[in-house]
Amino acid sequence: MKPAPFAYHRPATLDAAVRLLAELAPQDGRVLAGGQSLVPMMAFRLARPAHLIDINGVAGLGDATVRDGELRIGALVRHAAFHRPAGGGPLGAMLAAVARHIGHYPIRTRGTFCGSLANADPAAEWCLVAATLDAALRAVGPRGERLIAARAFFRGAMETALAADELLCEARLPALPPDTRWGFAEFGRRAGDFALAMALAAYRVEAGIIVAPRLGVGAVEAAPRRIAAAEAALVGQAPGAAAFRAAAEAAMAALDPLADAASEPQYRRELAGAMVYRALMQADAPPGRPG
Amino acid sequence: MIGASLPRLEDGPLVTGRGRFVGDISFPHQLHMRVVRSPYAHARLHRVDITAARSAPGVAAVWTAADIADLPPIDFRDPANEALRPYRQPLLAHDRLRYVGEPVAAVFASDPYLAEDAAELVAIEAEELPVLLDAAAAPGSFAAGLSTEALVMRGGYGDVEAAFAAAHAIVALDLEIGRHSGVPLEPRGALAYHDAARDVLELYGAAKVPHRNRDGLMRMLGRSAASVVLKEGNTGGGFGIRGELYPEDFLVCLGALRLGRPVKWLEDRHEHLIAANHSRQQRHHARVAVDAEGRVLALDDEFYLDQGAYVRTHGARVLEMTIAMLPGPYRIPAYRACGHFRLTNKTPAATYRAPGRYEGSFVRERLMDAVADRLGLDRLAVRRRNLITRAEMPFSRPLSALGTDVAYDSGDYPLLLDKALARIGWQGLQAELKRRRAAGELVGAGVGLFVDKGGLGPADGVRVSVDATGAVELVTGGSNVGQGFATAMAQICAATLGVDYRRVRVVYGQTDRIAYGIGAHASRASVMTGGATHAAALKLRAKALDMAAELLQAAPGELDIADGVVVRRDRPGGPSVSLGEIARHLAPDSPLLGERDPGLAAEGWFRTAHMTYPYGVQIAVVRVDGDTGAVTVERYLAAYDIGRAINPMLAEGQLVGGVVQGLGGALYEEFRYDERGEPLSATFADYLMPTVREVPPIDVLLTEDAPSPLNPLGIKSAGEGGITPVGAVIAAAIDEAIGVPGGVTRLPATPQRVKALLRGRG
Amino acid sequence: MSEFAEIALTVNGRSYPLRLEPRRTLLDAIRDCGLTGTHMGCEHGVCGACTVLLDGEPVRACLIFAVQAQGAAIRTVEGLATGDALHAVQRAFIAHHGVQCGFCTPGFLMLATAVLEREPDIGDDALLDVLSSNLCRCTGYRGIVAAVRAALAELHGGRT
Repeated sequence: MKPAPFAYHRPATLDAAVRLLAELAPQDGRVLAGGQSLVPMMAFRLARPAHLIDINGVAGLGDATVRDGELRIGALVRHAAFHRPAGGGPLGAMLAAVARHIGHYPIRTRGTFCGSLANADPAAEWCLVAATLDAALRAVGPRGERLIAARAFFRGAMETALAADELLCEARLPALPPDTRWGFAEFGRRAGDFALAMALAAYRVEAGIIVAPRLGVGAVEAAPRRIAAAEAALVGQAPGAAAFRAAAEAAMAALDPLADAASEPQYRRELAGAMVYRALMQADAPPGRPG
Repeated sequence: MIGASLPRLEDGPLVTGRGRFVGDISFPHQLHMRVVRSPYAHARLHRVDITAARSAPGVAAVWTAADIADLPPIDFRDPANEALRPYRQPLLAHDRLRYVGEPVAAVFASDPYLAEDAAELVAIEAEELPVLLDAAAAPGSFAAGLSTEALVMRGGYGDVEAAFAAAHAIVALDLEIGRHSGVPLEPRGALAYHDAARDVLELYGAAKVPHRNRDGLMRMLGRSAASVVLKEGNTGGGFGIRGELYPEDFLVCLGALRLGRPVKWLEDRHEHLIAANHSRQQRHHARVAVDAEGRVLALDDEFYLDQGAYVRTHGARVLEMTIAMLPGPYRIPAYRACGHFRLTNKTPAATYRAPGRYEGSFVRERLMDAVADRLGLDRLAVRRRNLITRAEMPFSRPLSALGTDVAYDSGDYPLLLDKALARIGWQGLQAELKRRRAAGELVGAGVGLFVDKGGLGPADGVRVSVDATGAVELVTGGSNVGQGFATAMAQICAATLGVDYRRVRVVYGQTDRIAYGIGAHASRASVMTGGATHAAALKLRAKALDMAAELLQAAPGELDIADGVVVRRDRPGGPSVSLGEIARHLAPDSPLLGERDPGLAAEGWFRTAHMTYPYGVQIAVVRVDGDTGAVTVERYLAAYDIGRAINPMLAEGQLVGGVVQGLGGALYEEFRYDERGEPLSATFADYLMPTVREVPPIDVLLTEDAPSPLNPLGIKSAGEGGITPVGAVIAAAIDEAIGVPGGVTRLPATPQRVKALLRGRG
Repeated sequence: MSEFAEIALTVNGRSYPLRLEPRRTLLDAIRDCGLTGTHMGCEHGVCGACTVLLDGEPVRACLIFAVQAQGAAIRTVEGLATGDALHAVQRAFIAHHGVQCGFCTPGFLMLATAVLEREPDIGDDALLDVLSSNLCRCTGYRGIVAAVRAALAELHGGRT
């Protein structure tokens, strides 16, 4: 399973990378960052880029910093960078908990957060995080820079709003209020496998009832998304099994599960409901429940 | 030393990365072969266009069936039923494509990357035909006048009909074992080198049965035994899959001979999953007739084996093994089995560790559980009532397996069951599980009993010799696929001879070093090669002591050998002579040689007419996730009586490895196909093998309560005893956990299937 | 398009000059250097038999192109022992029967070495997570886990 031939480019600056991508994208040129998704596809010859633009040598892309109330994640920030919570606060803790589920340790030393978003595998954990938290994705290309809302970014399985000549150079996640409760649950066949269903929940509690809930489901449909019906079932309710079950039921009804080799849609739907419930229960207990 | 858990001789090179797997060997000017494979499950092949491929960079040749038209299809390893001959696989497809993955063309190029590039340029023109994917459905047509039901094999004894007529109860089950296989971590590979100066063709990479493979190659290529040599280095796991002769093995040999350059072939993982032997897929309609106390009066089984597209080197061996070993450790006074050997448009199947027994144990133990459930009796009590006892040994059945009668040599099955239950603390376990279930957990335990087989004869021989430095060389016709063959043989040789086992160099897998060999499969090496090693070492010892007696002025009976040195028993600190010195005195030109045959060397043989029958009990505790159907195995016990362990650490390693493969087949592994016969489990992302996270703590209880009377050391073998009952044991545990007796009728018990059972119970 | 690149790979402290296509994987390139201890089990990044250390971190050599690894410090199984003295993890694999066919062994050794060097205080649960990265088909993992735990204990008095 050897890849098809390609020409290799290793720009030293972001500008050079953007210029190369602009020139080579029409000739089937692609960005190589972590390579943990792209290279296997090339090994199967399902992907046959004529040009690879390796951005691993570009300076300034490897930082994850908090600025203006956002965690800004550069294109070369690896999954492993999130093993230890970035800063105090619920967002860092959430990302550390989610990171553990991504593939395996040696995958996480190479694969990148932004690469995962650009790849848009339906079962990618970071895509669910970006969709659920309404991340803003910064793309740069020959026509300049733009900020794409997560809602508009994920178009389908392996499909994003990025143009072929655009590079995803940064993902911006809103810092979560310090009293945010969060939970994450996923189900896969084995440790490290692609999830068959996953759910990410975040909400706050004011005067004993849930406010500003976010409930995202991934790996069940072609793209991850917030499930409005589930969130509506949580608003104004006291956190607890009853409300969480209602949210899970609402999510199950709202989802249109993929029919694929992995499972039948009805089973997928039930898995989604179970993960929604678990994520919410987790949010109600440490470490999802700060303090 | 026999019975000691000594560290392995094989490990040094392996932990330093200095092993020699076939991929690690290269010859100057070698060509790399890449096989072009059918993308269709069933099609009429019209044309294979190799023009573009032939002129691609680095390509030396491209072959299709027309280029090797003088060669016949691949023959069976052992004499097989004549009826199977038309179903043998050609080296390259002629006019029909019968499974996705079938070799259609071979590209020979200077580099594997270039070979793969060129292979993509080969165009296959074919007309798709309807596919047959269900072996239990009505057979179709394989070719004009040939049904896809290649064979029906029957076995049995006693009056089954009368037993069913007189039965207190009849239990009938429809059971399925999913298609899965050994999937060793090293994909297959072959490297052929023709030494034109000596006209010797060397083949590297095929392991398991080197001499038999040599014979197969000889016949196919029309060469003498001395001119075809198999050479084995390190092998990355076999499990029955590696070492049968595949089309690729012949193609590299032909390539080396006809293209005049060494030919190296390494398959990739995707190829392995669609082209290397599959196994296990069987569907059984099984029923038992029992009396009011659960004693089996008769067992009647009709089953369908999904053989895939061709009959490969094993013929119908798996069918035979299934029938012969299905009764297991129970008396079964009357038995009838009918196995349908059916071809489908899938990758061909053959033997995988405990072939026929993994499947048969699933069927048999599910039946026993079902009998207990039907009669409201305890599962263990029902089994005990049916177990063959020690007093009834040796126990014969009028069945044949691998050319010998099924005759259990020794065994105390009730004793092993008692020991296993005691080891896991069965009473306490049951109480704990009840308590947990009452608290809402879905937990349960399952038990399975089985008899396995080993020590297949009829004969094996080895040569042992000592050189002037005292180093011992043991030349065998065996094979080392990772199981520690060399260490085990060295231990037997060393213990018998009186040397340190680290001074014993074991030669295996080199067909030019010894004329005959049995390789290593069917758990026979410990018994057969071990037996021959023991015999040869005894002879060598006698020869050494005879010479030493003269040198030390003592009678041989007064002497002993310790750490390679011969001493007087009554004066161990006194005069001595080393084996190396003795070897020097036995040199052809030695003045002390006398009338003796020169050399400190001996040949030894071991013959047997019957197999040995190790046996086991396994117990699993599982927890089921009610929301997802996922099964977690919390604990596992594998109890096994192997007669006598040469190296308990190695025996346990085999059992643990086998259990984990068994778990794979019970819960995760399955070769699935879509409705067009397209393989769906063709990468490691889809064919799921257990990682360490899926594996529970596995306790092993090795016993030696029933040594085999068939060989002086009492060995029965351990290679396959870990895997055999795992499917049955897990199924039973899941049933109990979810409260659905007889629920699991199909392996693997995937979360989706278990969830369906949960949903069904309301 | 298929231009050749002239690179040098630094493996176990030694420099290996290579002339290869950009598509040549690091796995194949390492093996081209005669270092055949790193093995090819799947070529799509799942089995871990090709695990090497790249600047101290465990990576799958089949998912990296050799041209990407210039200037990095690559360590393979051949570099673990010091002359004839085996590394603690190698000795542990022998003592605890963590080896059967040996094909997965180098990958596990490098994975374990990364853990020993980077996270000596790793808890047992996290250790099992890391070890679940690689596949073994022969041993059932029992000997491998025992060996890595023993090596941790020897080198760091690690707790389990």
